[in-house]
Amino acid sequence: MLKITNLHASIEDKEILKGINLEIKAGEVHAIMGPNGSGKSTLSAVIAGNETYTVTEGAVYLEDEDLADLAPEERAHKGVFLSFQYPVEIPGVSVTNFMKTAINENRKANGKADMPANEMLKLIREKSELLEIDRKFLSRSLNEGFSGGEKKRNEIFQMAMLEPKIAILDETDSGLDIDALRIVANGVNKLKSENNAVLIITHYQRLLDYIVPDFVHVLYDGKIVKSGGKELAHELEERGYDWIKAEN
Amino acid sequence: MELKEKLISSFMAFEERVDVNDSLHDVRINAMKNFETNGFPTKKEENWKYTSLNSVLKNDFSVFPKNENTIQYSDVKKYYLHEIDTYKVVFVDGVFSSFLSSTTHDGIDVCLMASALTKPKYKMIIDTYFNQIAQKDDSLTSLNTAFAMEGAYINIPKNKVADKPIEIINFSTGTEAALLVQPRNLIIVGENSHVQIIERHQSLNSNPVLTNSVTEIFAAKRAIVDYYKIQNDNIEASLIDNTYIAQKQQSNVSVHTFSFGGNITRNNLNFYHQGEHIESTLKGITILEGKQHVDHHTLVQHATPNCESHQNYKTILGESSTGVFNGKIFVEKEAQKTDAFQQNNNILLSDKATINAKPQLEIFADDVKCSHGCTIGQLDETAMFYMQSRGIPKKEAKALLMYAFSNDVIQSIKIPELKARITKIIATKLGVNMGFDL
Repeated sequence: MLKITNLHASIEDKEILKGINLEIKAGEVHAIMGPNGSGKSTLSAVIAGNETYTVTEGAVYLEDEDLADLAPEERAHKGVFLSFQYPVEIPGVSVTNFMKTAINENRKANGKADMPANEMLKLIREKSELLEIDRKFLSRSLNEGFSGGEKKRNEIFQMAMLEPKIAILDETDSGLDIDALRIVANGVNKLKSENNAVLIITHYQRLLDYIVPDFVHVLYDGKIVKSGGKELAHELEERGYDWIKAEN
Repeated sequence: MELKEKLISSFMAFEERVDVNDSLHDVRINAMKNFETNGFPTKKEENWKYTSLNSVLKNDFSVFPKNENTIQYSDVKKYYLHEIDTYKVVFVDGVFSSFLSSTTHDGIDVCLMASALTKPKYKMIIDTYFNQIAQKDDSLTSLNTAFAMEGAYINIPKNKVADKPIEIINFSTGTEAALLVQPRNLIIVGENSHVQIIERHQSLNSNPVLTNSVTEIFAAKRAIVDYYKIQNDNIEASLIDNTYIAQKQQSNVSVHTFSFGGNITRNNLNFYHQGEHIESTLKGITILEGKQHVDHHTLVQHATPNCESHQNYKTILGESSTGVFNGKIFVEKEAQKTDAFQQNNNILLSDKATINAKPQLEIFADDVKCSHGCTIGQLDETAMFYMQSRGIPKKEAKALLMYAFSNDVIQSIKIPELKARITKIIATKLGVNMGFDL
């Protein structure tokens, strides 16, 4: 599904990613953990096509297609989704209208006509129930005045609406209380299928108790220095990151 | 012949046409004298430092249109707020068009300045209000005063709510190679009364037009006035708008200025407080491209205690466009407990766009709350990336962000159909169709 080979990326001549190799197959959940500043968020931004970063070497493939020349929206049209750590507030544009625009732009790019209004409403109702989102919430301005938990739930709601092939969850657990965490994780688990994949970027193991990964990778200083099963996450939780730092 | 000379000789001809015994005679003469002495403003004057009229003034403007031109309602309907019923005072090339207008004398007066200035029954009102708050030492205002004749006269007696909004529309048809028009509006709103007014200037072809407009608004005790200015004219049209507002106690006046079009636009918006517990609101959205230029000069004269003023101006400048915001808040010594707030946010979309922003607070009272905030920045890259990552293309993402940026001003429009119209103009201007009403 997603294949990353020898990926190097820098910002303003400072190299952040120093040769990442990773392959995620359809149906899999991967987690990338690592201390602050190891390059976790950079990796997710680069996969999604953030132009602030320059890819100096290596490549990212989605279903064998090199994403290098694609703008962020084109990657989205092909099935890449990034859940933001800090979702952006857009006053005056309701959640519903934002979603309509996003859905129809994706459909347009894939040669489909706009989604009929009744179908859209049905989809919104169905997906908002999945994330236990209140109707009133949908008419509010996107992310404006949302609590941390509401913002993250809204991110996963958007993911549910857009049905991506690869969903990258960047620090989705940060700022979530235990109830919101359960709702968000439950949403992700229900959306998981044999035809898509999830990449969880996180500092803590907490979320991984709810969304159980098939593989855990440790990112340190721009490289994946260790990979293992879900037990690796527990080990990191117990021992912290210092031993990783010491080994590298 | 230079425009100034042409105006001076035109004035003599004009004076012969109007009644010289009229009490307005002296007012006109003095105004013309002031214009003769000061002429058109130049960049040497502090108030005109960033706005030059030179390129506009070199046109050979006709001062009085020679040809009468009729236009069909169907051709100009789109410039009206036609979704709702309104009173209309419409001018074509500076001349009142009864055919395109819908005036009234039923309980309220929505009619012509020309009648008010010439008919005896209005004499007392004209003597009381006309040219009372317009700046007598301002040369462009003086020029307008000297030639004052056509414009809207609106008088809402006390305890009346105007039953529908009033539109003041000035069309120019381009039958003259270049045309100077000088509308003069007088608006009097009595105690406890309420009125909503929409003003628009629209030229219908690409011949140059210069509009030098003066509007005086008097809001009596507890009066509520909502005034909206739509400036979305074509690129050969320039506008100098001088608006003077006097407010009595507990009155509430708001002016929204939407500047999207035109060549050079200068807005001089002046509020004078004449009582306690007054509220004044000044808001604006400016979106420009090409070489367009818009200059907002605002003044709120806090002369009395316990009054509030709120200013919120949003500007988005693309390509080589230029903007000016000069917001002056003057708090006199007597004006204790003043609450004055001024916000001015600017986004520059290109390296060639320029904004000159100048908050100017002069405070002589010691127990006041005055604040101002001014920002100049670019579109938020993170926000752009956020929307793109959801599949929204750059152009649409940009439009959404610009809409979000100006949203709080849009939301304060009190006429829903006008709000829809303004958002539509913005969407058209940004070249997007979002699939929902922005």
